[in-house]
Amino acid sequence: MYMIEARNIHKSFGDLHVLKGISLTVDKGEVIAIIGPSGSGKSTFLRCLIHLEVIDSGDIIIQGQPFAYETEDGKSHYVPDKQAREICKKLGMVFQNFNLFPHKTVLENVIEAPIVVNKMDRKEAIDIAEGLLSRVGLADKKDNYPSQLSGGQKQRVAIARALAMKPDIMLFDEPTSSLDPELTGEVLKVMRDLAEDRMTMLVVTHEMGFAREVADRVIFMDNGEIVEEGCPKEIFHNPGNERTRSFLEQVL
Amino acid sequence: MQELFSDVIVPTADYISRIIVPMLEGTVVTLKLFFITIILSIPLGVLLALARISKYRLLSGAVGTYIWLLRGTPLLLQVFFVYYGLPNFGIILDSFPAACIAFVLNHAAYLAEIFRAGIQSIDKGQYEGAKVLGFTYWQTMWRIILPQTVRRVLPPVSNEAITLVKDTALVYAIGLGELLRATKIAVSRDAVTSPFIVAAVFYLAMTFILTKVFDNLEKRFSVYG
Repeated sequence: MYMIEARNIHKSFGDLHVLKGISLTVDKGEVIAIIGPSGSGKSTFLRCLIHLEVIDSGDIIIQGQPFAYETEDGKSHYVPDKQAREICKKLGMVFQNFNLFPHKTVLENVIEAPIVVNKMDRKEAIDIAEGLLSRVGLADKKDNYPSQLSGGQKQRVAIARALAMKPDIMLFDEPTSSLDPELTGEVLKVMRDLAEDRMTMLVVTHEMGFAREVADRVIFMDNGEIVEEGCPKEIFHNPGNERTRSFLEQVL
Repeated sequence: MQELFSDVIVPTADYISRIIVPMLEGTVVTLKLFFITIILSIPLGVLLALARISKYRLLSGAVGTYIWLLRGTPLLLQVFFVYYGLPNFGIILDSFPAACIAFVLNHAAYLAEIFRAGIQSIDKGQYEGAKVLGFTYWQTMWRIILPQTVRRVLPPVSNEAITLVKDTALVYAIGLGELLRATKIAVSRDAVTSPFIVAAVFYLAMTFILTKVFDNLEKRFSVYG
């Protein structure tokens, strides 16, 4: 059983055809880096997987459960909201802009969903949250508000917040793109730790170093299509496609 | 007309002590109307704001019309309508409940627009952050969006509250014994204008306290930077 199976996903924003038949399967414990130029549909694809965008056609299956499915008229439908929320809980998401809750402290950010969504006992939630905050190196910041943190710290809190829901799959949407260069390292380190723990991860990124060293598989997207995929070695050292080659020449 | 008034404009202590009790009684009515309106119009305003931005067009349109009617006609006309007009539909109300109903419905319309603006000013990333954590619509609104809205709407709500204090004087027109009416009675009876000064001081005191309360709230909500 795949953790994620996406079949022939199409998505348009008005006249703009953003995803042109994306198919992808993700195995348990696999770390996949999705790279490609801006506007290639990488982020949109990730957002479709967690229902932040709605696909036009195709199927999405999460751990064997249909999440979005195409009907005979060629249009896709997501499962009803309640069921969709249950399936979404298996997925954690980290955003480029963190999306922390500014009116809550670091600790409150992390315990909020377990308490509100999973009705977890507050004490238990705090125990788990404190463990996660130490894991991302921010135990001493638990009573700070997000506005008092650096970008790298915010992103680490966001990762802890997602992990608090015990997801089976983590989606990262350009997690270091809005950080100052000197702050990307601390976030990438946390992600590396997660990968070493065999967390299943889908990472949309411009960090070629991370893709090369941490990913099991690299997917190059351009113009709404998966142009090429393979192990990092192949993609980075011996890209088979001209578009991949010219993209890598520009960014490396 | 002015020649009928014999006093100097500044009231004497002796005169104030004579009119203070009825004026305080009037102030109690003013404050009662104020608090009832504030307490009921805020939750109603939140619900109207949520309905106004609802994806259900019928609901949003109905609330839009409601807001247009209530903001588009004078509050005094609405008070008259509830007090004198509703009996035609078999609803007969005493003047105080009639005033309360008109005030709550009117202020809720204004507050709804303030809250709507506040809610819509919250970054859409907040909804996305909550959604991927599994929050329902109501959990998102109640735990994430509305608490952040509070801080942003405090200044305009403070404005509304101050306006409301002075709007209460309108119910004088349906014979309610609020502060301005108590003042006018003293003025007519004693042929002096100084009670107006006393009333102004009363209104200023109320709005001063209100301003301080809102300043405090703003400070309390500024902790998260």
